[in-house]
Amino acid sequence: MIKAILIFNNHGKPRLSKFYEHYNEDTEQQIIRETFHLVSKRDENVCNFLEGGMLIGGSDYKLIYRHYATLYFVFCVDSSESELGILDLIQVFVETLDKCFENVCELDLIFHVDKVHNILAEMVMGGMVLETNMNEIITQVDAQNKMEKSEFFPFFSLSLYRRLSFSLPGRTGRHRPVLQERPLVPYQL
Amino acid sequence: MALKIVKGSIDRMFDKNLQDLVRGIRNHKEDEAKYISTCIDEIKQELKQDNIAVKANAVCKLTYLQMLGYDVSWAAFNIVEVMSSSKFTYKRIGYLAASQCFHENTDVIMLTTNQIRKDLSSPNQYDTGVALTGLSCFVTPDLARDLANDIMTLMSHTKPYIRKKAVLIMYKVFLKYPESLRPAFPRLKEKLEDPDPGVQSAAVNVICELARRNPKNYLSLAPLFFKLMTSSTNNWVLIKIIKLFGALTPLEPRLGKKLIEPLTNLIHSTSAMSLLYECVNTVIAVLISLSSGMPNHSASIQLCVQKLRILIEDSDQNLKYLGLLAMSKILKTHPKSVQSHKDLILQCLDDKDESIRLRALDLLYGMVSKKNLMEIVKKLMIHVDKAEGTTYRDELLTKIIDICSQSNYQYITNFEWYISILVELTRLEGTRHGHLIASQMLDVAIRVKAIRAFAVAQMATLLDNAHLLTGNMQRNGICEVLYASAWICGEFSEHLENPMQTLEAMLRPKVATLPGHIQAVYVQNAAKLFATILKNQEGNTDSTTAQETSQLMIDRLPLFVQSANLEVQERASCILQLVKYIQKLQQKDVEIAEEVSALFAGELNPVAPKAQKKVPVPEGLDLDAWINEPPSESESEDEQPKAIFTKEEPKHSRPRHTEVDEKELARRREARKQEQANNPFYIKASPSSQKVYQDAPGVEHIPVVQIDLSVPLKVPGLPMSDQYVKLEEERRQKERAEKKKKEKKKRKEKRSGRGRKHDSGPESEEDITPVHVVDIVTEEMPENALPSDDDDKDPNDPHKALDIDLDNLVETTARRPLADSEKLPVRSHRAAGAPKSSAEDGEVENATSQEPKKKSSKEKREKKKDKDRERKKSKEEKKKKKHKHEEKEEDLLGGQGEEPVIQSEETKEVAAQPTSTSAEVSDLDFWLSNAPVPSNTQEAATVAAAAEAAPVPEVSSGIAADSEPDEPKDTEMEESKSSKHKKKKQKKEKEEKEKKKKKKHHHHHHHSDGGGEESVQNGTVEEEEPLPPMSNYCLLAENSYIKMMMEDADQVCDIQGNLQDGSQVVVSVIFENKCDSFLKSMEFNVLDSLNSKLQRPEGSGPHDGLTVPFQLPPGVSNEARFVFTVQSIVMPQKLKGTLTFIVKNEDSSTHEKLDFKLHFTCTSYLITTPCYSDAFAKLLESGDLKSSSVRLEGVNMPFHHLLARICFHHHFSVVERIDSCASMYSRSIQGHHVCLLVKTSGQTVSIDAKCDEPTLLGNVLDEIKQTFSQC
Repeated sequence: MIKAILIFNNHGKPRLSKFYEHYNEDTEQQIIRETFHLVSKRDENVCNFLEGGMLIGGSDYKLIYRHYATLYFVFCVDSSESELGILDLIQVFVETLDKCFENVCELDLIFHVDKVHNILAEMVMGGMVLETNMNEIITQVDAQNKMEKSEFFPFFSLSLYRRLSFSLPGRTGRHRPVLQERPLVPYQL
Repeated sequence: MALKIVKGSIDRMFDKNLQDLVRGIRNHKEDEAKYISTCIDEIKQELKQDNIAVKANAVCKLTYLQMLGYDVSWAAFNIVEVMSSSKFTYKRIGYLAASQCFHENTDVIMLTTNQIRKDLSSPNQYDTGVALTGLSCFVTPDLARDLANDIMTLMSHTKPYIRKKAVLIMYKVFLKYPESLRPAFPRLKEKLEDPDPGVQSAAVNVICELARRNPKNYLSLAPLFFKLMTSSTNNWVLIKIIKLFGALTPLEPRLGKKLIEPLTNLIHSTSAMSLLYECVNTVIAVLISLSSGMPNHSASIQLCVQKLRILIEDSDQNLKYLGLLAMSKILKTHPKSVQSHKDLILQCLDDKDESIRLRALDLLYGMVSKKNLMEIVKKLMIHVDKAEGTTYRDELLTKIIDICSQSNYQYITNFEWYISILVELTRLEGTRHGHLIASQMLDVAIRVKAIRAFAVAQMATLLDNAHLLTGNMQRNGICEVLYASAWICGEFSEHLENPMQTLEAMLRPKVATLPGHIQAVYVQNAAKLFATILKNQEGNTDSTTAQETSQLMIDRLPLFVQSANLEVQERASCILQLVKYIQKLQQKDVEIAEEVSALFAGELNPVAPKAQKKVPVPEGLDLDAWINEPPSESESEDEQPKAIFTKEEPKHSRPRHTEVDEKELARRREARKQEQANNPFYIKASPSSQKVYQDAPGVEHIPVVQIDLSVPLKVPGLPMSDQYVKLEEERRQKERAEKKKKEKKKRKEKRSGRGRKHDSGPESEEDITPVHVVDIVTEEMPENALPSDDDDKDPNDPHKALDIDLDNLVETTARRPLADSEKLPVRSHRAAGAPKSSAEDGEVENATSQEPKKKSSKEKREKKKDKDRERKKSKEEKKKKKHKHEEKEEDLLGGQGEEPVIQSEETKEVAAQPTSTSAEVSDLDFWLSNAPVPSNTQEAATVAAAAEAAPVPEVSSGIAADSEPDEPKDTEMEESKSSKHKKKKQKKEKEEKEKKKKKKHHHHHHHSDGGGEESVQNGTVEEEEPLPPMSNYCLLAENSYIKMMMEDADQVCDIQGNLQDGSQVVVSVIFENKCDSFLKSMEFNVLDSLNSKLQRPEGSGPHDGLTVPFQLPPGVSNEARFVFTVQSIVMPQKLKGTLTFIVKNEDSSTHEKLDFKLHFTCTSYLITTPCYSDAFAKLLESGDLKSSSVRLEGVNMPFHHLLARICFHHHFSVVERIDSCASMYSRSIQGHHVCLLVKTSGQTVSIDAKCDEPTLLGNVLDEIKQTFSQC
């Protein structure tokens, strides 16, 4: 089971938080802060697992994370999940975001957290892995977006045009594409 | 109207949307909180608007703010509004918000049930998907119970997208509503072989998650999973399955044997690291489960270790980490295989990644042997010096201590070395583990007698150099060590070379800066030292030393008398006075040394850490009772120093042992040893060491190598442990050389004289003898201590409730079929039962799951009496009810009215049991036997498939056509209440029975049937007696052609919960054709009264009849429902009606009619509503209710029957029952509360009742009276 999925940036600002178990808002923030604290002080070339027992869950839980450009993607999982599998799942998630947002960067996540949630919902449901096939995920997300568009008044899709402004060049800082540097070898293949 | 919409849309354009909000927050970095609070105000305004788009936008923004840590639970109702929007866009926003901030205690959740149900059945798959996703995050026990059936239906949806979501969410449903597991399991199992890989993966996921918690219930699925494992190519699925096997294999070693080969193949063939890793893990689990008596698996172990070595050597830190993790699992059972990779592991200690270093440390723990302990610890000590962060260094410190002290210091051959290590560790700066070192010092000094002299010397040095430890305030964690030093020096002061010096060190003014509890130990042990010095000086004619010592004490102790710490003060002043007195005596030349040392005489025995806990409490002793009056607040204000060592205890209550006590002790020890020898659970003792200790009174004749120290140990710079490593090497060499000279016989002697015996470890270890006898004293335990520890299982674990026996369900019916009460509830629009705690249910489940054995014997009998089989089954049912009854009596009573027991074709199909008699266990056995794999698998699969194919949906004649053309079926279904389902179920049971007997015309026996059985039961009045069957159907009218049975009128209120208008009553009527002709064109008509009206389709006149939506062939009965609107419910009603129909023969048809009277009793306006006792009490206290009472004489039935009858016939639920007194509650469809207090004594039952509507109450009571006068 996945207990929580967190995305925050290099400064610990939350970009997405999804808890599959209820905590009150203060505890959630504390968990995000502490997770950031744990994860951020780790070097780039160390393993991506952290025994974070003191935060959520107990000794059975692990933090599995990946660091992309300015963002940390952290999954808190128990021992029923395969560690390497979750690392691949994070990769699938990021690649899916990249496809859906066309060169995803932190700003996309900042302004479209709802869309990120919708994509995530097609991958993980109630703490269990729902789908790992990127094409299937994208198909379902696209179909839903299409449906959404068809329901809108034409002028309400303004927000979609506004988005274009961030995808303009100048890709540094928060414009930095998340998926630029590392071509990853999946563990799952 | 149109204009308004357009205007709304334009307005909306100027509202802030999510992007604007985010941008705003980013532009207000300085006053973010203020900005957000204005935004929240705006949002509140937006939520007040009617426009759903505005609301959705607001909710969307709230979801964002929730992520930033703002509580948005105040908008929960608006979220529900947005969820119920018909537009997918808004619905999705609403569900997202709900999934982020709803939880079990969100009260608006109960409003969502019907909305979610609607979305689940939406024709749009994404509506359904979004609802399922949302629900997975906030499902509550109530939602789970109400929606379980809907979700189960979705598991067979045509779209795989929905199927996989539905399958996955079932896990959450099971967690919240464990009763759903058994009925849903067959379908879940079916989904393991779904054509869609996503669905299959979801099913594997759910079952793995379930099996992980309660593996034994899923063993029978092993063949199926095995087949999946050998056929699937989806790595995600494979990993899950392989992980599952890892959990199953400890339960069934034969499974492990079967797994080894395919797993090994996978290890060789796969290129996916994740899969490889999981395979290795499971092979390890298998090997662990096989570890005894399976030597021929060394190849598999080698393979695993080899593969892990490759992982550990990989440059990818993740693989390295996992390799070490898996390695530590092998270590437990096959330490030798791992030990050969020590180099690699030690190398990992140098890794820059802390996680990897910690993993390597874990491994070291298991890799030490007598041979390499010193070497490994030496290496760790180097790491301690190098370590940067205190956390990692502390971790190292604890690991060193763990490694050395493990299994009773098994691997330590030289305790002088260990003491030196401990002393060296005290040099660590800023460690938190001072107390850990201290307790080790104490433990070793107390338990290893031979080391005391050395330990005392070291401790004295430490005390002398105490300033090194206390110099820096930051280091005060380590000053705990002084506690141990002072105590050891005092307690074993006879070993001190220069007690005077130590005494002086202990009385330095600087000591006063130490923590109170340490000072207290200093003072007390100074007194012990004082006693020793006096004793040493005894017989010495020159008494100056003794007098000087006294003077020193008298000079220094006043410092402690002034201490702020009470303990220190008290001890100091006590001892000061004592010394003053002694000094006086000394001046008179009195010999006092003997008396003074008597103060501290006696040997201390170590006490096992759990000994205290295990002393049984003597009978009649109440530990919680106050002995004296509780102390006042002020007394406890001054906090006592916390006892940090278990050893501290004996010091205070120090037993003054006399010779007799020693003997007694020895005797007891002997007796205990005897007991332990006979006790298979006792493993802890090291019998040989104790033997040595007792048989050989001295340690002299054990060869002790003289330590030739090149460096003086007492150098203030503290001892160097390293030299011991060298010394040890030399010693061992010397020993080996000696041994060669000696005869084997002699060696044997030596070995038997050694301190301990080793069951494990390399053979070469046997040759290593400890440098001196390690006289490890066994810790004392109370006489009748329990051998095993208490179970540490968490009683609150939600998975406990899911420990449900599923085997019988899957394969066989005879042992434990699904009981009716286990079927999933179908649509009922309100909470039908007081939610029971899931744990409780779990217990009931567990209890009942133990039944199969009993039943299997019953099975045989059943075969003999094949005819009675059906009846027997129903008896078994009753028996089970009885069982539950025993578990929780009230459950049953409440359950009568409350338990949502229902019937629908849906559940029926699932619940219907296959009649296969093949026992699942023998199947598994067969599969696990060594016959060729594939054929077995297939066979097992076909058996399973056959078993699953067997259930045939039963034709439910009773409700097959309960659709009313003009009455929307949906609402009716939703509105029908649980008690009604119960009735129907019972009716149907009877029908089945009748079918079996091939007697079709027995409906009129319904009442007499019940009555007959009842009278028999009344003869034997017992509490546990099963309840007589009850029916609310009564004969409405009958003629030679047709019979009409009316159910007592069953009512529901409007689904919108609007009780004031639109109160509805549904009447179910069974029509039975009694003649040989065909009946058709039935029309049902009722003469409306002012108060009650039959609901007719729109457009029809007030006097038109309703067409009954079916025809009746000869001998067939069917049920139709009619809806009435009722204005006032306080009075019973009678309505006249007519049924007209055509009787069609082969040649002719005639028009016939039948008149009837519908009687609406007041009870028929009551709805069974559960009520909690506290709410009930509040209701009674409120004083709004009018009371009335009634007495029933000559009621000749058990009390629980009585209650059940009231529950059943009058729609009450039991709130609370105490002995022969019960409070009951019900509510009318218009919201009147009706409360009853039922008391019984002998044959008299008195009912005190309260209701806010006196007329209604009077009528209800009359009706209750009527019910009981009839029986």
